[in-house]
Amino acid sequence: MSVDTLSQKGLAVRIDANGFHHRELNRLIREAVAEGAQRIDLHGVCGQRYIATNLRSGAEIHIHGTPGNDLGAFLDGSRLIVYGNAQDGCGNTMNEGEIIVHGHAGDIAGLSARGGRIFIREDVGYRAGIHMKEYEGKGPALVIGGTAQDFLGEYMAGGTMVVLGLTLNGGNCHTASFVGTGMHGGVIYLRGQINDYQLGKEVGVSQPNRKDRAILRELVTQFAGHFGFDAEEILAGRFVKLFPLYLRPYGRLYTY
Amino acid sequence: MDHWKRINNPYDDDKVIDACGLFGMMDTSGGRFSGVDAIAAISNMHERGNGLGGGFAVYGLYPQYAEHYAFHVMYLDEAARREAEALLQDGFRVALAEPVPTRKTRGVQDPPLVWRYFLQMRTQDGQKLSHDDYVLQKVMQINTGVRDAFVFSSGKNMAVFKGVGYPEDIANYFRLEEYQGYLWTAHSRFPTNTPGWWGGAHPFNVLDWTVVHNGEISSYGINRRYLEMFGYHCTMQTDTEVIAYAVDLLMRRHKLPIEIVADVLAAPLWSQIEREDEERIAFHTTLRQVYGSLLLNGPFSVVIAHQGEMIGLTDRIRLRPLTAAVKGNLLFLSSEESAIRLVSPQLDRAWSPMGGEPIVGSLDRPLGKREPVAAALAAT
Amino acid sequence: MKSYLPPRFVIDRDAERCIGCQVCVRQCSFDAHAYDGEEDEVRSYDENCVGCHRCAVFCPTQALDIRLNPLSYRPNANWRPEAIEDIIRQSESGGVLLTSMGNDKSYCIYWDHLLLNASQVTNPSIDPLREPMELRTYLGRKPDRVELDPASLSLKTQLAPQVAVELPVLFSAMSYGAVNLNVQESLARAAAEAGTLFNIGEGGLHRKLYQYANNVIVQVASGRFGVHPEYLDAARVIEIKIGQGAKPGIGGHLPGGKVTEDVAQTRMIPAGTDALSPAPQHDIYSIEDLSQLIYALKEATNYTKPVCVKIAAVHNSAAIASGMVRAGADIIALDGLRGATGAAPKIIRDNVGIPIELAIAAVDTRLRKEGIRNQASIIAAGGFRNSADVVKAVALGADAVYIGTAALVALGCTVCQQCHTGRCAWGICTTDPVLSKRVNPEIGARRLVNLLRGWSLEIKEMLGGMGINALESLRGNRLHLRGVGLTDSELEVLGVRLAGR
Repeated sequence: MSVDTLSQKGLAVRIDANGFHHRELNRLIREAVAEGAQRIDLHGVCGQRYIATNLRSGAEIHIHGTPGNDLGAFLDGSRLIVYGNAQDGCGNTMNEGEIIVHGHAGDIAGLSARGGRIFIREDVGYRAGIHMKEYEGKGPALVIGGTAQDFLGEYMAGGTMVVLGLTLNGGNCHTASFVGTGMHGGVIYLRGQINDYQLGKEVGVSQPNRKDRAILRELVTQFAGHFGFDAEEILAGRFVKLFPLYLRPYGRLYTY
Repeated sequence: MDHWKRINNPYDDDKVIDACGLFGMMDTSGGRFSGVDAIAAISNMHERGNGLGGGFAVYGLYPQYAEHYAFHVMYLDEAARREAEALLQDGFRVALAEPVPTRKTRGVQDPPLVWRYFLQMRTQDGQKLSHDDYVLQKVMQINTGVRDAFVFSSGKNMAVFKGVGYPEDIANYFRLEEYQGYLWTAHSRFPTNTPGWWGGAHPFNVLDWTVVHNGEISSYGINRRYLEMFGYHCTMQTDTEVIAYAVDLLMRRHKLPIEIVADVLAAPLWSQIEREDEERIAFHTTLRQVYGSLLLNGPFSVVIAHQGEMIGLTDRIRLRPLTAAVKGNLLFLSSEESAIRLVSPQLDRAWSPMGGEPIVGSLDRPLGKREPVAAALAAT
Repeated sequence: MKSYLPPRFVIDRDAERCIGCQVCVRQCSFDAHAYDGEEDEVRSYDENCVGCHRCAVFCPTQALDIRLNPLSYRPNANWRPEAIEDIIRQSESGGVLLTSMGNDKSYCIYWDHLLLNASQVTNPSIDPLREPMELRTYLGRKPDRVELDPASLSLKTQLAPQVAVELPVLFSAMSYGAVNLNVQESLARAAAEAGTLFNIGEGGLHRKLYQYANNVIVQVASGRFGVHPEYLDAARVIEIKIGQGAKPGIGGHLPGGKVTEDVAQTRMIPAGTDALSPAPQHDIYSIEDLSQLIYALKEATNYTKPVCVKIAAVHNSAAIASGMVRAGADIIALDGLRGATGAAPKIIRDNVGIPIELAIAAVDTRLRKEGIRNQASIIAAGGFRNSADVVKAVALGADAVYIGTAALVALGCTVCQQCHTGRCAWGICTTDPVLSKRVNPEIGARRLVNLLRGWSLEIKEMLGGMGINALESLRGNRLHLRGVGLTDSELEVLGVRLAGR
């Protein structure tokens, strides 16, 4: 395939991904970006992996369909908008940029991300935000509209996670277990009920303070803007703040 | 027996290690459909396999012989076929014997002969054994007694088609688009320590159970030794075989329902059990005490099927992916959601089941237009 | 709580030779020497001594002698002193015993049971001082055949990315944080000068080392520390670290104390926090997941670099390696039982894994049986002490070896196994700014280049003796090895005949 399969209209490019292998698809994306495309619409995406990996540009990529695993792995500045669900490893080791998923996401969303923002409209699978980090002024944010499965924020070392619980039926408790197990940095804001036994033993619970509220307001407003929710209505819900009790959770583990 | 063991595990490793992509699709109202969708779906997960194994199980494909045991048998040569057929003639009334139709396919090299037989037991056959055990015995006789013959499948109104190649090639070779079934499972294999041979591909079959599996079970050693005490011989030395035998033992012989079987294979953690009411604590504790050796520890996702039922299950901390989806009467199970979307873009619902939570589709409980999954789950 | 632990070493200070200059006080980072101002005397504290010999080497009058504490328990084959003392330490702390460097137990060292061949009469040995002798090795995936354009007979085959090393010895992964920047810079400079590669480990690539990017192997490990697009782009080779010989199957915790500002910057985490490396990579729970990460990295670097996958040598290494190659690994690195570490639970280091010699043999044999040996290079690691070990590893089937401990010994390390304390008196396994100065990158690089030069000359001598003038003729050539003192089964796994046969 070559670039002439693209129908190029100014800076917007449309690529029909149907039947393309990831290697081909990513090559086309890179070529389009190199030619100055600002917006790329991928149609008929179905399972292609690594879409937009390591893409360094401000391009906006609109993905129609179901992208495959490792969507935006090592992402470095682009904005990916998925009109559908994402699979496992979305935003894996992401550095910068934005991923917006109009649906749910599979396991390990935001694994080891160091920067950028991920917005998932609905639920996420196991181990979302595992080992997210932060670095200097940079920290990733993962906003989950629905709820999560187990090991949410496992090993979390930095960044901000927000779980809004919008898919829980009125007043229902989140069901994830081992939330924040091994957490030693970052913060999780969780809207709705969660029991102590669902939390990792390294996790503290408090009420969001004014500073937290400001962070929440910003992220929830963005979330609501992406997906057409009423931010105020969401913010009116009850949030708890989950934070690491220790910077060094395993300080007493060893005998030197 | 040693013959196939040597082929399946040629370097005598602890066991065969492989991984993969898997897919299952069932019309819970019993409607039959062609293999086109299952083939398309599994081949969409091409990256999950490495071309060393692909296979399909189909249920409901032989309605004209619904009450016959359908044997699919692989032969490396004509002599093996003659020898095995003598055994079959001797043990059963053979209603039909024919080669399984195939077509020349790029990507499928050195295919063995594959024949099918529709068999019925005569009154004098195996009077001391249950029908199932009699059939099992005959299967073992062929697999272990006839040097170059191997039974792919032996259930009623079901069949396994498998071989070395990518699943789409295997499907093309066996002309699977021409069959109709109400339940299809499919597998794309990524073995690490076997060069791949036709019998070693998934689905694995025993009686009418089939298993397609992804992951590697760290408890294999003890699972296998436990099952050996009940007379199961793990000739293939695969995780898949262990799962199939475990399910056969628990469901067929110990008569446990699937949700309790799931509690054995993917047992709840002690910390979960401790939060239950007293009766459940006693129940789960007893299960773990009795069946501790059948806990499948380590990553797995499986799709298990038998007559009228398809079951998806992952390990208790969900180290392998499984997506379930529902569309009308259809239940889908897949390693990746995109494979389901490819064949059914507008789903009623798609979700990832919790680790250890069985997802069951059954002809006894069509999903219908009722509250789809909740109904199916509540009923199990 | 009073400690029941006896001192491990005794410090003998020769009063006649000691001039009270306090060099020992300044050199010891474990407080085994102190100056008593009141008495105007330098005293030693045996209980603090780790036996690293820093003081003895630097004492200007050779007044110091460090000996094992002769204090003896009643002899007992089961309850040896180590067993007793480990229990004492745990009963006083309730923790996991931490240690460092490689397995120090007496498991069979197969190198010492393998002997090399030499030419006599029927073919000539080659004199490497005057005849050409080639050690260059290309690491990376090779196709099974070359394809030519039928008309022009020009080359049609395009190789996957290859990386050349001028001798089959690479520096093993040592991360910033485990060692300091001076150590890494020494390794980097030496690798550049000697035409080999150094592995940056999983702690990120410091700004200062980007100038050596042409010789760097970068790691992508479970912690993903410092992994970002620029890092991947800089790399010559990308190594996915699954496991390490010293601690197969477990993760790592770089204690917050070692995470200085600079380490934190390079790892891209806040200073002072524990850097936790999870046991698995959480996007790899299965072989097809490994394939997914391999191709994620290839895709991210547009297929320009070989991807290496490093595993600890364990029971099913052969099967696993085969899967790794099929999953797309261009290089596989095997780290054996005696592979070292900056910190590991002692119980793991001493009890998990298999010897590298057996792993190399098993993996090479398996890949050949499956006809896929060409598709990946093999790098072996774990306790290589000298050039003969290297030559034997190549003959068993390795393309190259990684050295870690040997390189550190060149920098001063005496294998005292205190890396995990972060107080290395030789300034190696520490990020303490004062101690770190003890390694001067310029001198360090010289010592390392010298070592590599010495080994390289020796390897050429051994090759020449066998009548071989290109390393590739030795690779996997097990006919140049014979075993002594090994059982039939051991010889069978090694694929080597008994000496005399």
